[in-house]
Amino acid sequence: MTETPLLLDPLFRVPFVTGLLLAATLPVLGTLLLLREEWLAALGLAHLAAASALLGLAAGLPLVLGGGLGALLGALAKGALEARGNVTYGFMILGGWSALLLVAANTALGDSLSHALIDGQLYFAGTIELTAAALLAALAALTLPWLTPRLLRARFFPRYETANGLPTWRWHLGFDGLAALGMAVGIATLGIMGAFALVLVPAWIAFRTATGWGPTLAIAAVSGALGYLGAFGLALGLDQPFGPVLVALLLVGAALTSALARARRRGSESRPGAVESRLPPA
Amino acid sequence: MSVSSPLLEVADLRAGYRTPVVGPLSLAIHPGEVVGLWGANGTGKSTLLHAIARGARVFSGRIQRKPGLTLAYQEQHPVRLPAMPLTGLDLLRAAGGHRTAVPEPIAPLLGRRLDRLSGGQYQLLTVWCALAAPADLILLDEPTNNLDPEAESLLAMVLGSQRGGRTVLVVSHERAFLAAACSRVIALDGTPADLDSGPTGERPRD
Repeated sequence: MTETPLLLDPLFRVPFVTGLLLAATLPVLGTLLLLREEWLAALGLAHLAAASALLGLAAGLPLVLGGGLGALLGALAKGALEARGNVTYGFMILGGWSALLLVAANTALGDSLSHALIDGQLYFAGTIELTAAALLAALAALTLPWLTPRLLRARFFPRYETANGLPTWRWHLGFDGLAALGMAVGIATLGIMGAFALVLVPAWIAFRTATGWGPTLAIAAVSGALGYLGAFGLALGLDQPFGPVLVALLLVGAALTSALARARRRGSESRPGAVESRLPPA
Repeated sequence: MSVSSPLLEVADLRAGYRTPVVGPLSLAIHPGEVVGLWGANGTGKSTLLHAIARGARVFSGRIQRKPGLTLAYQEQHPVRLPAMPLTGLDLLRAAGGHRTAVPEPIAPLLGRRLDRLSGGQYQLLTVWCALAAPADLILLDEPTNNLDPEAESLLAMVLGSQRGGRTVLVVSHERAFLAAACSRVIALDGTPADLDSGPTGERPRD
């Protein structure tokens, strides 16, 4: 067996911890993005972050910093223009993708780096990426307990804020900024689709299975971390690219969740009395 | 007559969006009142609530809110998403409410996922969330939507029990419901609000 020494190799410790921090944090951001019906915006921000990461690299900035600036500018523009809806997010994706490939085609090393940003380069994560991931996790841990109740209230009682003259921009922009930072750190480490999958799939699994909001956050974080741990081991052991393995494992998890939910629903429908219990009382 | 100063005073108000939809209209709401606002569809009841909640344009007249007044607002069509992994209690907490003095028929809804509630159950829950919110004035927009007669009676009883405590302005096109639930009823279109109404359309307070 060759994978055991590889997994325990000190060279992989920093990438492993960096990825694990992201795998537990991005899904939590994903639950709020899904609740706000903004999950597609995450993919738009990821493309914008990737394009600005390459631009930043040409100016001598680390990928994380360049990507972070681009994603934050994207989030600011989204907030200022009150840009919402799938068509807007689709335009963000197309704009980011076009910028990414154009920047790649016109900068030194751009082509290979753009591939790295699309595929992910977890094993090359160093101190900068680890620091950025730890910062993201710490920021999320510190701000989400304050932001989440306000975001939930804004989602379900949308007139409350206007009616009471509250400065809503603070928490909407605060969350947009956190999501943008998450996508920037995510794409610099896990690649565009790896980061996007961690935002979308664990949150989707949690939305299908959780019994309340607290369990939703826990299931999303645990699903993301489990998918990551499995992908890390499999990709190293089978010598496969990490990003696609991560996405494939998360999708398998989503398919299993869906199948289990269907089976449970069928089971409850076939129980005696189940049909009667759904009928209104006489 | 109430001797306390009103929480909300509306004077000669004409409000709407591009053009005025409602008014001119004057009313005052005092602490502890449950006031009904009745009118047929399209008479601008919801627009008046929007204007009070700073969501519609004031063309003329004024809305005077007591300084520091906090509002809770129950939407005519509460936000309902395809997947909502929150329980009723999560929703109540999001509204700023607590699990105290919850009416018996609503209590079981607090433990269930929102997307597994019927339309009527969800409506009842959102109304309770508004009533349980820490607000000085509660605005309810057509709270009987989706409710069967049994739930409607329950809601009238719950609202009636708020009289003398919470201050509520409730909009509905159902006269009987407002008559059962409110301290007084104001008609928006100038017709008598209910059988007990006087010529002004206001029903004497209990």
